[in-house]
Amino acid sequence: MTMAAPNPTPADRSTPGPLRVLLEDGKLDPEHDPKLSLDQLVQLYEHLVLTRVTDERLVTLQRQGRIGFHIGSLGEEAAIIGSAYAMREQDYIFPCYREFGAALMRGMPYQRYIDNMFGNANDPVRGRQMPDHYTCRAAKFGSVSSPIGTQITQAMGFAWAARIQKQDLVCLSYFGDGSTSSNEFHNGLNFAGVFKAPVVFFCRNNGWAISVPVERQTASRTIAEKGIAYGVPAVRVDGNDLFAVIAVTRDAVARAAAGQGPTLIEAMTYRMGGHSTSDDPTRYRPQTELEPWVSRDPLERVRAHLEQRGRWSPAQEEALRTRIDAQFKEAVAQAETTPPPALDTLFDEVYGTLPWHLEEQKRELLAGPRAPKAH
Amino acid sequence: MPQMNMVQAINDALRIAMKRDDRVVVMGEDVGRVGGVFRVTAGLFDEFGDERVIDTPLSEGGIIGAAAGMALYGMVPIPEIQFSDFIWPAYDQIVSEVAKYRYRSGGEYPCKMVIRTPVGGGIRGGHYHSQHPEAQFIHVAGLKVVCPSNPYDAKGLLLASIEDPDPVLFFEPKRIYRAAKGDVPEGAFTVDLESAQVVREGGDVTIVTYGAMLYECLDAAEKVAGEGVECDVIDLRTLWPIDVTTLTESVKKTGRVVIVHEAPKTCGFGSELVSLICEKVFYHLQAPPKRVTGFDTPFPYTLEMEYLPLSHRIVPAVLETARA
Ligand SMILES: Cc1ncc(C[n+]2csc(CCOP(=O)(O)OP(=O)(O)O)c2C)c(N)n1
Ligand SMILES: [Mg+2]
Repeated sequence: MTMAAPNPTPADRSTPGPLRVLLEDGKLDPEHDPKLSLDQLVQLYEHLVLTRVTDERLVTLQRQGRIGFHIGSLGEEAAIIGSAYAMREQDYIFPCYREFGAALMRGMPYQRYIDNMFGNANDPVRGRQMPDHYTCRAAKFGSVSSPIGTQITQAMGFAWAARIQKQDLVCLSYFGDGSTSSNEFHNGLNFAGVFKAPVVFFCRNNGWAISVPVERQTASRTIAEKGIAYGVPAVRVDGNDLFAVIAVTRDAVARAAAGQGPTLIEAMTYRMGGHSTSDDPTRYRPQTELEPWVSRDPLERVRAHLEQRGRWSPAQEEALRTRIDAQFKEAVAQAETTPPPALDTLFDEVYGTLPWHLEEQKRELLAGPRAPKAH
Repeated sequence: MPQMNMVQAINDALRIAMKRDDRVVVMGEDVGRVGGVFRVTAGLFDEFGDERVIDTPLSEGGIIGAAAGMALYGMVPIPEIQFSDFIWPAYDQIVSEVAKYRYRSGGEYPCKMVIRTPVGGGIRGGHYHSQHPEAQFIHVAGLKVVCPSNPYDAKGLLLASIEDPDPVLFFEPKRIYRAAKGDVPEGAFTVDLESAQVVREGGDVTIVTYGAMLYECLDAAEKVAGEGVECDVIDLRTLWPIDVTTLTESVKKTGRVVIVHEAPKTCGFGSELVSLICEKVFYHLQAPPKRVTGFDTPFPYTLEMEYLPLSHRIVPAVLETARA
């Protein structure tokens, strides 16, 4: 693994970063090749496409007014799918808000995710949070929260706890470049460094925090080099290179599991879409900035590689997309016809058991008049 | 007189303040080039440049801490917290520092700033983009807390807040950012802090509220008028220090009071209002004071309209109070 060394032009986001495995010619650098079987690779590619297509369809649903919001991972799929893939069965993921693809790959049912987008009665969080704020403990995937950075320190604590309890478990925490300015980035890395917690800090450096470019977040030349100050080894990787992401995350997991402590990974990628469906990026960034990244599309790169090895064809691509389309339509049809959560669920799980005052307020709500309209 | 919505009125106040005093700076996440996620600071970056309209790193503690330093130096920072739900990383700076500086330094170091932040629900924002956390700040000695309900007040109160010598937390009800429109005079004017407004007059019940819920209260007052119950509707405008005279005079007249706010009930601002009323005009009361508020649960997404204290919940509360 390459440690972050001062890099001459790192603030230049067009430089993808030091570690690259999938080369221009579609071949793999043998030194860092994570040695996936072709079957594994096809499976991963299918997850990348599932993530991409679901994203696109959800944006359409939002535009049609059928869901309230979506925050996606357009262009960042390899960073997300690759890193989650490198985690072992027993490991946990503490997400930011763009990693539904990782949750699905780890076993969150597709229907469950779409139900969350509608906030209906089957939504795992019972319509309490906005869309894309799901949870799936069965997939060892945490609960999405909006406040920036909080998961960074929590991942550290969870991993630390496992080590104290002598369990072989590593945590991965996702966050963005903007999140490295938060108190929690400092706390998470500092604690992890001091206590050698088995945690992997995975920064998706996509260049932007809503309208604020990464140069406004830090005067450090790289985010990776911040690790040095905390005594946390760090690596910079091409976040649009599925193979490289898997390789560096596997290394980090192996180090953590071997008792060697945390790693900070800076995955160089790019937010190809708006921040969310509430955002219009044309107001603050030139379209030309996207262009170099279009040619680095993480899905295209994997597909080209698969085609080169004779394991993927246009017919397969079409079949896959047709299948995903059907899966999406079916899930949406079900979610859309599922009623909203029952009124009394509003009061469940505020506490372990319902205290008197909430019992009283619940009775008041149920006996009172209904709100005239949903919005 | 120009018609403005709340966003335009606040933007206008900021522009006036920045033009007449070069110590005034606007800072926060996305406030610069893009003009804020709600477009409240639109155009200021182009007009005043990046040293006065500052896109900061993503750290609320950083924003308020840095603003505190600027204020101590003698500048007049107007930091924005993108959603009041994200103010907590700055709570330490606000509570322990900004609000206490004047007192703890024996007056040597006033720490004057106006912290602007959108509040409230009804925009499908779910749990973390909907809360109304005024109570946690009203409780803090040294802070003033303002929450306008219309464009005229928004502009006048913001300019008054900027002129005030103390730190002010300026809550902007985002549900009515664009929905509330009205005539707003050009140029500078102020609306006094600590002045409530009786928006509708009636002798039977006093309804006390602020921010976006004013419109729900007015709707409810109209409905109960149909049943022969006439209400005073008071828009507090400045939450703290409160215009206690307007409040007590109205309650003396009606003897009945209903308090409406979005925030949860327990230890919400309504609790303080009821206490004040009991302390000051207890013997004028003819019915127990009532609170219509958000429930003591986190703010929900799908069921938000059932959570909010909208007109359909205010009407029965007012009728019950009127007939008690
Ligand atoms: C504490 C806090 N402050 C502000 C916000 C509003 N906000 C949501 S996402 C975001 C930008 C995050 O950028 P980054 O960390 O780079 O993640 P990205 O969205 O690029 O994946 C901001 C400012 C928030 N959610 N939490
Ligand atoms: Mg980012």
